[in-house]
Amino acid sequence: MSAALLSNLIVAALVALAIGLAWLVRRRPLWRASARELWRRRPIALAVLGLYACVALLDAVSWVGGQAPDTAAGTSLLAHPRSVVDRLFPADFQERSYSAPLADVEFYGGFKLLHPGAHLLGTDIIGRDVLHQTLRGARVALLIGGLTSLIAIPLALLLGVGAGWLGGRFDDLVFFLISTLASMPSLLLLVALVMVLGTGTAQVCLALGVTGWVGLCRLVRAETLKLRELDYVKAARVLGASDLAIVLRHVLPNLGHLVLISFVLMFSGLVLSEVMLSWLGLGLDGSWGRMIDQARTELSRQPLVWWNLFSASIALFGLILAANLVADALRDVLDPRTATERE
Amino acid sequence: MIAFILRRLAFGAATVGGVLTFLFMLFFLYATPEDMARRALGDKAPPQAISTWIANHGYDRPLAWNPDAPADTLLVEHFRRSLSFDFGRSDADGMPIYQRIREGVGPSLALTLPLFVLGLLFSVALGLVVATFRDSYIDRAGLVLCVLTMSLSILLYIIGGQWLLGTVLRWFPVSGFDTDPAMLLRFVALPVLVGVFVSFGEQTRFYRTLFVEETSRDYVRTARAKGCGDGRVMWRHVLPNALIPIVTHVVVAIPLLFTGSILLESFFGIPGLGSMTVEAIHGNDFATLRAMVFLGSLLFIAAQIATDVLYTLLDPRIRLG
Amino acid sequence: MSTAVLEVSELTVRFPVGAARLPVVDGVALRLERGKTLALVGESGCGKSMTALALMRLVPKPGRIEAGSIQLEGEEIRELPVAAMRKIRGGRIAMIFQEPMTSLNPVRRVGVQVVEAIRLHEKISRPDARRRAIELFERVGIADAPTRFETYPHQLSGGLRQRVMIAMAIATHPAVLLADEPTTALDVTIQAQILELLRELQRSEGTAILLITHDLGVVAESADRVAVMYAGRVVEEASCRELLRAPRHPYSRALLAAMPAAARPGARLAEIPGTVPPPAQWEQGCRFAPRCEFAVENCRQTVPPLLAFGAGRGVACPIVAAGPCP
Repeated sequence: MSAALLSNLIVAALVALAIGLAWLVRRRPLWRASARELWRRRPIALAVLGLYACVALLDAVSWVGGQAPDTAAGTSLLAHPRSVVDRLFPADFQERSYSAPLADVEFYGGFKLLHPGAHLLGTDIIGRDVLHQTLRGARVALLIGGLTSLIAIPLALLLGVGAGWLGGRFDDLVFFLISTLASMPSLLLLVALVMVLGTGTAQVCLALGVTGWVGLCRLVRAETLKLRELDYVKAARVLGASDLAIVLRHVLPNLGHLVLISFVLMFSGLVLSEVMLSWLGLGLDGSWGRMIDQARTELSRQPLVWWNLFSASIALFGLILAANLVADALRDVLDPRTATERE
Repeated sequence: MIAFILRRLAFGAATVGGVLTFLFMLFFLYATPEDMARRALGDKAPPQAISTWIANHGYDRPLAWNPDAPADTLLVEHFRRSLSFDFGRSDADGMPIYQRIREGVGPSLALTLPLFVLGLLFSVALGLVVATFRDSYIDRAGLVLCVLTMSLSILLYIIGGQWLLGTVLRWFPVSGFDTDPAMLLRFVALPVLVGVFVSFGEQTRFYRTLFVEETSRDYVRTARAKGCGDGRVMWRHVLPNALIPIVTHVVVAIPLLFTGSILLESFFGIPGLGSMTVEAIHGNDFATLRAMVFLGSLLFIAAQIATDVLYTLLDPRIRLG
Repeated sequence: MSTAVLEVSELTVRFPVGAARLPVVDGVALRLERGKTLALVGESGCGKSMTALALMRLVPKPGRIEAGSIQLEGEEIRELPVAAMRKIRGGRIAMIFQEPMTSLNPVRRVGVQVVEAIRLHEKISRPDARRRAIELFERVGIADAPTRFETYPHQLSGGLRQRVMIAMAIATHPAVLLADEPTTALDVTIQAQILELLRELQRSEGTAILLITHDLGVVAESADRVAVMYAGRVVEEASCRELLRAPRHPYSRALLAAMPAAARPGARLAEIPGTVPPPAQWEQGCRFAPRCEFAVENCRQTVPPLLAFGAGRGVACPIVAAGPCP
């Protein structure tokens, strides 16, 4: 199966999942009330997050073909699948080197551009459109956040709930594992992992996942310990419900808010971590971290090239800020402790 | 009390063992000595050169099982050398690692210590202020500022700070290091400033939450009912109580002072342990990286034990049982 | 009739909830006399504690005193500047709380906390204040005062902690003492001791006490007058004896009927149907109407004022006040 097809299928699955979730939230009055309250508090941040998600998803849907540009190399450009975001731009939307935003000529040397005045945010060192690159960064960012969470959250839930619920030896083991991993300086551990595992997307996400699950696992374990002692859980036990049934029906649903809040918080942390990795030469291709890293030297050029750094930074800042704001609002809405305070 | 400390020490020792085992799995089982040699020498290196490299670095032992001499394995050697701080030589340039670490600690501390103290004072003070004026415009403005500063990547602070204050305004040298105190101050000022900015959003929020939680307690109401003013309530009543979580939070950050700041050091040309780590990353120097991770966790575990002991000293409820 | 030390009228405290501002304390009037105890009685959540905090002007944010007057020895203190108010808190009005465990600062020695209370209001040297505090400890019946002085709250029993709280409160000879459920968290035997201590102090100092409680046994033992609160309003005010003998307001009656001592042995305890509604669901008119067996349509529409019912007695129920009681 080709990469493009797989990617398209994943997008379809994600969209289906989102619709399913939305439907579920609509059906549960409590969830719906929370979702409403969240929307009331942070409409802009939520919309911004949605926008990022849309761009990322649209950039993951790609196919071969389209209108060939009338240049010589035109048809060969169409041999590769291009995503919806790619198709917002002409297929041959590339210059030879830097050009300033909306410039007609190259930044150094003054050669005429192929697409004068069309590069809204200029072009980078090998002439790629900066706006295009920035939009593509969204997919990388969401991939990092999503894939890593897919590794970290189930791991944290499994071990955390298991440790908290079963207690005894298993709890000791998990606690020891958590303490061991948490005692290593996180950035150093991350770097060591990436160096040993390699620098592909899956490897970087795995490394981020290994360093990221510990915090959530600790929270989940503590919360499970607390839940285990609650009267209604005890009652369910006395009534003879099986452990698995109690965990599924009473424990996991009560961990939902923790997981959701941690996920959003973790998400912004992960994207920021990737920026650091990029700078150490261990980041992912096409990420904003890479763009920022490349733009670093551009500030010392005369005259300086600012648009690369500017675009990637703004895109990154927007995403992280929106995620942070949503995480705060989520905590206010969902955390029972602050919720009772509001009443 | 003594039983508690002993138990804590035993768990600390077990965690050190856990860290060493993890490192062994990562650096010897997953990435075998042969992988390391290949990375160091290149893919096209002749087999002869690779085995020489492995032998030179002392990696030519059986992994964990040696029926002839049970102690002569990589696992035992890894534990023995790490625990005696004999980190061997760098995989990249053959320099003794221990010596480089000793040389790097000074410059690292020159940066991280002022950063730590200033950052702590700044964020605790700001946290106190916003918590005192809770739910007012000061509070809200402070929180907005925190979220904004938290949302920028550290890389941007460094690049922006260097460019604006170093290149354009020329207030500080862009990078460099000197052992002469006056010069040192000039070189360290900008990275410290940047570092404070990077950490203050998250820290201030942490302290604010802590103070706000503390101010909602009953004894604060009693203090007010006695006639204490806002300032007195905060300084005399809330702060001593909040000191317990603050100390816990702070002591755990101390190990990071020694391992240095990877980003700040290498950007500002400070030859500390952070820079050393970056060099190790670029030079595929697994031995140095391994030593750094181990040292970092050792310090962290020590700090955690110290915190637990301090905790019992600070809180009369625990101290006096 | 003796003079009022503290006279409160039309006191209203509101909390914003969403767009609404709910009156948690609504038009409360109280009168405390020198050397006398007024008990403020009601179920939990009826606004008793909030009333006491409002008298100290310590309503927690985002709540606010929105109307009313608080006159301390003839001086209006509702609009007093913060600095002047601080002088009054712990000076002329002192307060003790329900939870002596959490109400004392856990990381400071109890003696220091009493010394602080003294030194906040008097220019007095530290050793002198210390001596005074030890005297106070002895006064409130803490045996071995100098040793106990150096202990931390967690090392004391609940009763001793409450005695420390009382020592702290009476350190400055306050004219008014607000006692918010002072015995609720204590064992029954200790309860009696603490109440006795408060009575004894009142006799010698002439302090006016506002005793907040939900325990009618405590009321019967200590109070001179009683104000019954329901959902933020005072529904009946009377002398202790009259109220306990013949409660008028339907709520007071229900409350009394639910008291174990009032029931015949073997009989079922009476209960009040339903629960106190949360502020958001309060009625326009009489807030007890939904649970009241005598309620008529008008009860739900208009707020019943506190009507005089005999000498020195007020009942906020037109039905009861109008006719011979049903």
